[in-house]
Amino acid sequence: MELVCPAGNLPSLKAAVDNGASAVYMGFKDDTNARHFAGLNFDDRRAQEGIQYAHDRGCKVFVAINTFPQPSGWSRWQRSVDHAADMGVDAMILADIGVMDYASHRWPELRLHLSVQGSATNAEAINFYHQNFGIQRVVLPRVLSLKQVKQVAQDSPVPIEVFGFGSLCVMVEGRCMLSSYVTGRSPNTFGACSPANAVSWNETPDGLETRLNNILIDRHGEGESAGYPTLCKGRFNVEGNTYYAIEEPTSLNTLELLPELQAVGVDAIKIEGRQRSPAYVAQVTKVWRDAIDLCEKDPENFHSQADWMAALEKVSEGSQTTLGAYHRPWQ
Amino acid sequence: MNNIQTNTKKPKLSLGPLLYYWPRDDVFKFYESIADTNVDIVYLGETVCSKRRLLRPDAWLQIAGLLKEAGKEVVLSTLTLLEAHSELSALRKICSNEDYMVEANDMSAVQLMAGKKAFSTGPAVNIYNSRTLEVLARSGMKRWVLPVELSRETLTEMHQKRPLGVETEVFVFGRLPLAFSARCFTARAHNLPKDDCQFRCLDYSDGLMLRTREDESFLVLNGIQTQSAKTQNLIRDMDDFIELEIDILRISPQSRNTEQIIQIFDDRLHGKIDNDEAEQAMQKFIMSGECDGYWRGEAGMDASAVSNP
Repeated sequence: MELVCPAGNLPSLKAAVDNGASAVYMGFKDDTNARHFAGLNFDDRRAQEGIQYAHDRGCKVFVAINTFPQPSGWSRWQRSVDHAADMGVDAMILADIGVMDYASHRWPELRLHLSVQGSATNAEAINFYHQNFGIQRVVLPRVLSLKQVKQVAQDSPVPIEVFGFGSLCVMVEGRCMLSSYVTGRSPNTFGACSPANAVSWNETPDGLETRLNNILIDRHGEGESAGYPTLCKGRFNVEGNTYYAIEEPTSLNTLELLPELQAVGVDAIKIEGRQRSPAYVAQVTKVWRDAIDLCEKDPENFHSQADWMAALEKVSEGSQTTLGAYHRPWQ
Repeated sequence: MNNIQTNTKKPKLSLGPLLYYWPRDDVFKFYESIADTNVDIVYLGETVCSKRRLLRPDAWLQIAGLLKEAGKEVVLSTLTLLEAHSELSALRKICSNEDYMVEANDMSAVQLMAGKKAFSTGPAVNIYNSRTLEVLARSGMKRWVLPVELSRETLTEMHQKRPLGVETEVFVFGRLPLAFSARCFTARAHNLPKDDCQFRCLDYSDGLMLRTREDESFLVLNGIQTQSAKTQNLIRDMDDFIELEIDILRISPQSRNTEQIIQIFDDRLHGKIDNDEAEQAMQKFIMSGECDGYWRGEAGMDASAVSNP
């Protein structure tokens, strides 16, 4: 199994490569990728440097161009595809049908992966992208149970990649407009969810309030830690109960499922977190490298080690982890 | 002022698929009353959750027959999130029917009909640019619905450059379908696992309200779907739609007054009432506020100044 690690900038890329990533994925410094955050991502010179660093050490580089261009921005996406191809990346991770059509015609020899933002949750959807654009791998949304992952892996014409660790999207990626409903900007259109420019934090007599474009996402009393107000991870009121009505602020961690993921034929494990620090990338990459190596050697006796779990818990959002949808009762 | 000219081509009106889970008799009564309205096109079928089976496929076909007899164009709409084999086999049956056009809400449906049968796509198929429209038109797409988060500006260019023979449809009225998950939020609200949801959606004919901690109506939980609490209402923009020569305007069903809402759109399109009259007539049928921000390129929940005088 390939270990695919996040590279939000050059130090993170090096951290991933140095700690055993099989591949790193990166984006350019604009809205053509789904981690469009200030201070993140690569300009042309840094990208070139990063690709050189990774290739010199036998690590592949994927470029994510995985948002959905509208007519006014089309040329920017086209340019990103051309840049990535010119730089000699190993694969492009795409979501938009138009961009895939362009890339597969202009760069027919280039390897294409279907991004998680492409929302393919079944083999027929994957067939469409395979037959029309020759995609060679699909990244599955984080909403499938292990049984469903197995089914898709069996029926899919191409190998599959799944998320192993990191921030958890409770909605099907590519099919969530909650962020643009509140702020005007969504992962699909802008490459960011609950963007920072719409966030405010206010100390009030009732506690610390977090807001997104003035909508109250949560209120934290004394002793409660306040996380980033991603809008689906706030506390809301439904029929008189106030609770995490959509999702708790937790991270996905599937380390203990590794032998099962291997057994169902998963081709690659993806680590989320291009927006996280190089220290996070180093830590998570190292643990997952060790785990995959052990699992491949002796899957029958594999069990997640306490020090791995401790290391991962430390860098998890909300310091809690979940098996997410892989564990059916989550749904 | 009534700017609508009587001699230009008017958009048709459509009724989108029923997004909620209603008792069987209520569904039949609803569509019997829809048969008497001036809506031109009706989308039928379950698009949200495969566990909602009070109406089997033959019951939907019975309703389709009734509406066809009343002169409506019927389109069979399909599931948005497909994971299980059973869901794909149900989809295959619908996609291979010979009597009605089918609305794809997932790329699996597109794939099953590509090159075999003309199809339309719903708002959950991500068509954000002209090149995507061209690819899907080559596969046999005859009609597309603009994704709800896109603006007038984007629509204008895409519609003007659309492939020959492709119709454009816009979601103009209703709570906005914003997100899909594998998790059922209605079951979660009742502390029930999805596999044993006890069909709680039946209790919420317009979805389950989610409020912020300062009691602002924010979102609506509808099983695995999340909607806006506010109703998107583009009744003021009919002159725009006529000028742009948009083919179809979609109204989304709600448990009450859908017939009257259709009538207001029809009256407005045919110049029987002006913007102010239409706006005023609509007010009493709108649940928990209205919005039109997406259409203007802003946050979807925003409402233009005109709507909040």
